[in-house]
Amino acid sequence: MFDFLTSGQYDVLGAFWVTVQLTLYSAVGSLVWGTMLAGMRVSPVPIMRSFGTAYVNVVRNTPLTLLIIGCSLGLNQTLKITLGGEDFKEIGFRLAVLGLIAYTGTFVCEALRSGINTVPVGQAEAARALGLNFFQVLTLIVLPQAFRAVIAPLTNVLIALTKNTTVAATIGVAEAALLMKEMLENEADALFAVFAVFALGFVLLTLPTGLLLGWVAKRVAVKR
Amino acid sequence: MSSVLYDTPGPKAKVRNWIYTGVFAVVVALALWWILDRMAQQNQLDADKWLPFVTDSQIWTTFLLPGLGETLKAGLIAMVIALPLGALLGIGRLSDHAWVRVPIGTVVEFFRAIPVLMLMIFSSALYVMLGTVSSDLRPLYAVVTGLVLYNASVIAEIVRAGILSLPRGQTDAAKAIGMRKGQMMFYVLVPQAVTAMLPALVSQLVVILKDTALGGAVLGFADLMSMNRQISANYSNTIATMVVIALIYIAVNFALTALASFLERRLRQSKKGTGAVVEGDVAEVDAGGAAGVGKAP
Repeated sequence: MFDFLTSGQYDVLGAFWVTVQLTLYSAVGSLVWGTMLAGMRVSPVPIMRSFGTAYVNVVRNTPLTLLIIGCSLGLNQTLKITLGGEDFKEIGFRLAVLGLIAYTGTFVCEALRSGINTVPVGQAEAARALGLNFFQVLTLIVLPQAFRAVIAPLTNVLIALTKNTTVAATIGVAEAALLMKEMLENEADALFAVFAVFALGFVLLTLPTGLLLGWVAKRVAVKR
Repeated sequence: MSSVLYDTPGPKAKVRNWIYTGVFAVVVALALWWILDRMAQQNQLDADKWLPFVTDSQIWTTFLLPGLGETLKAGLIAMVIALPLGALLGIGRLSDHAWVRVPIGTVVEFFRAIPVLMLMIFSSALYVMLGTVSSDLRPLYAVVTGLVLYNASVIAEIVRAGILSLPRGQTDAAKAIGMRKGQMMFYVLVPQAVTAMLPALVSQLVVILKDTALGGAVLGFADLMSMNRQISANYSNTIATMVVIALIYIAVNFALTALASFLERRLRQSKKGTGAVVEGDVAEVDAGGAAGVGKAP
């Protein structure tokens, strides 16, 4: 029943490795981009605040599918932007990461912003009383405490991101969902077995992440 | 304009803020100019690529509006089926009997861990194998099945969080007047939890609507997303079509998000009721919302 695994015809592990790579690159990128967005949304400069708010509201309400297909059809095929990728495979991967960062960054931003709200007012007030400027207050006092409070919400964002990498299948990135689609078409007699393998793969990716980071979140949480 | 993070700007800070404003505006303008220049080079700014959306009403009546109709149809059907199913799973997960609680918990966690796209692809393949659904209805069935499987488990968590968010006094009072467990659940807890959950449920509808686009891209479901191919085949205006479709999605979802936060504000302020509320934001975290309503397994 599971002979499709040993036949050597399909590279299941390779497909999941692409999923993991998509997740890692997008996670790092969206953490950086999301932090910048959050910084903009709480900054003293009105134009940055409105840019942050507008960006988050627009991108969060757009389907990820549309963003990623837009990266492929719009940026790459129409505007000939390749992001430095050499072949179809590399370009597709980078475009997918770009779309995932643009999308996930908004959720990181919102999580961080709610984390900033958990930091007691006195912390920022004390920092200002010491004469720190906005950038110092944010990076030295508020964000370090906010990050400790938002590890649990950020874990949920990371798990969602892991699952969202499957959307890259819509532009032909050879990750798990695309391989599953191909296998379901070829191995119609082993439908449930194929699905079980891929479902297990995702459970194995998301469950340990949740447990590990859940433990970390408890350890580093600021006791108030 | 002041916040806890910075002082009310004095004369120096005002000047500095103006400089930041200028620099930021220049950077954004440069980025915009680069994109627009690039679009102009590929003739994407030509009037005949954008005007059809204003002048040619057919583009709306043949493509965009029917597509939006399919998107809303799939989203609403999925919501209507997932809601009672999710409620049952959520209540079941709070059961006192381990033989009910544990299997239901496993099912919920399983479907929450799997990407909704995979559920859709699998349902589609399953319907092909069973051969009971005609091929023109199959994409809709597959999309709805995938969405229901996934969202029922997310809604189960929302329901559980809603019930757990009620003050303990509600349970105590219900027990004190001698209600049985079923009565307590259906006369006391669920009716109050429903109002507490409303914002989260509306936000989940946004997630569902966004996820229907997957069906359009992968399964050949004739929704708003898939119209992108059809329109740009007729007018060869990929970018213009993408932008218009994105704007429609954003308008619909933004309205729903606004409704969710309006409901949330009202619930928080209302003097009636318990003031318990399951936040919309939490459930909305992704296109695949495994977000932190309730506690992790």
